[in-house]
Amino acid sequence: MQPVISFLGAVVGYFDPVIDNIGLFADAFLHTLEIVVYAAVGSLALGTVVAAFRVSPVSPLRWVGTSWVTVFRNCPLTVVLFFCAFGLPEIGINGAYFWFGVTGLVLYTSAFVSEAVRSGINSVSAGQAEAARAIGLTFRQSMGQVVFPQAFRTVVPPLGSVIIAMIKNSAIVGAFGVGNELFSVHATLVSARGLALIPVLLGVAAGYLIITLTGGALLGVLERKVAIAR
Amino acid sequence: MSTPVLYDNPGPRSRRRIAVASVITGIGLLAAVTLVLVQLYQRGELSEAKWGPLVNPYNPLFAAAWTGLLQALARNVYAAALAMVLSLAVGTMLALTRITSAAWYRWAVVGFIELFRGLPVVIAIFLAYRILPELGVELPRVWYLVIGLTAYNSVVIAEIVRSGVASLPRGQAEAASSIGLTRGQSLRLVQLPQAFRVMLPALISQLVVVFKDTSLGFIILFPEVLSFAGIAIQSLDNPLQLYFVIAVIFITINYLLSRLAVYVERRVSRARPTSPTPAGAAPHTEPQPLAGTSTTGG
Repeated sequence: MQPVISFLGAVVGYFDPVIDNIGLFADAFLHTLEIVVYAAVGSLALGTVVAAFRVSPVSPLRWVGTSWVTVFRNCPLTVVLFFCAFGLPEIGINGAYFWFGVTGLVLYTSAFVSEAVRSGINSVSAGQAEAARAIGLTFRQSMGQVVFPQAFRTVVPPLGSVIIAMIKNSAIVGAFGVGNELFSVHATLVSARGLALIPVLLGVAAGYLIITLTGGALLGVLERKVAIAR
Repeated sequence: MSTPVLYDNPGPRSRRRIAVASVITGIGLLAAVTLVLVQLYQRGELSEAKWGPLVNPYNPLFAAAWTGLLQALARNVYAAALAMVLSLAVGTMLALTRITSAAWYRWAVVGFIELFRGLPVVIAIFLAYRILPELGVELPRVWYLVIGLTAYNSVVIAEIVRSGVASLPRGQAEAASSIGLTRGQSLRLVQLPQAFRVMLPALISQLVVVFKDTSLGFIILFPEVLSFAGIAIQSLDNPLQLYFVIAVIFITINYLLSRLAVYVERRVSRARPTSPTPAGAAPHTEPQPLAGTSTTGG
């Protein structure tokens, strides 16, 4: 028994840099959540608008939607972030660095949200909407009562994956030095205070895993709730 | 818009309304673009001094700028190629382990896959960069990037391989075992070769992800294209223009790759005699877009 206890003690002792600074980690964790929540709300809203553009009958809007998706899906997030940091001030948009980070994340993620939403709309078979119109439902009724409820169920799993990917991408925003979030904890503790590197980095990784694995589990529950056999 | 799902084919009045809306949005767009251009012009961002080194071959800095840019870009391509090959190898091994392992230790493989799937790739790269040297593993810097990318992408590819094998008709494995092939032989000779064909579009999409993520190399000071940009803008003083050019390069390459994925997907799904359409399948539902580009962005 004695060696087991001393081994466990050594393991716990190894993570002292994390345990002693658990408050800092908690703050950073909450800050990361803050970025993630802003970016999730923003990219879901913007992505839905872009998806609406892409299925709109107005061709310039379709064109904007398609270019938007092509640009932001194929451009590395890092380049998008550089653009937000250097480019937005040049066209007269100034703000805190935090908001540039969130904006970059929103722009990038919106393209993937848009694709998920669009493929959800496309997955509703044309016969459904035709039947809705045939029995005399108006556009709003057919959207609200027939197309959207079905599209929503299809869209939940891919949208969830997009959001989880976005959470992971928020670490890139952190690496840019938005500050005070999880990724930058290692800079505070290791570079500035000279604490042991590996336990701190593992603590940072654990922080992200808590968010992404919890998110994945929640998504699994949600998927089972909305799943339909078609 | 071949078949508008959401609305009927427009009649004359709707067509008129659509035409008016198109003109108005068109004008709005032009106005917005003009506004941005005017802002850029007023701030001197459209000047020859800023653009010359990138677009004017007679500019004295043109050759140096593009040599540096292309050399750096070649490092991105090199890292992406290495990471993709390694991820493919490790990912296939992981998938096979997961498929063939006994239930009582499969959780270990699944746990490993889930763990690395949940870890941000930038953290994986950073962990490789900071932890491996602490453990006494000194490597050229490109390898830290490659190892980080591989750690993340191999588990994604493992899932692609697993679903590729799972998507094959059950008869394939049954036929293989009925002619006396062992499980390993069946996987190696019958299932994997077919699965790889089905997976090819998804693998190309993953290549897009890997290529985009090589740009994270600048975080570990790997001299890839963004690191080059960081140095070059100190003398050229044109961050906006340089990043614009880099964005165009990335978008072009990745767009072509994703077109290739779509093309391959069409070919693969056309030439697949082994998968009969399930009787009840709705005839016109689109196949779940496995390809295109990565559908999640990470």
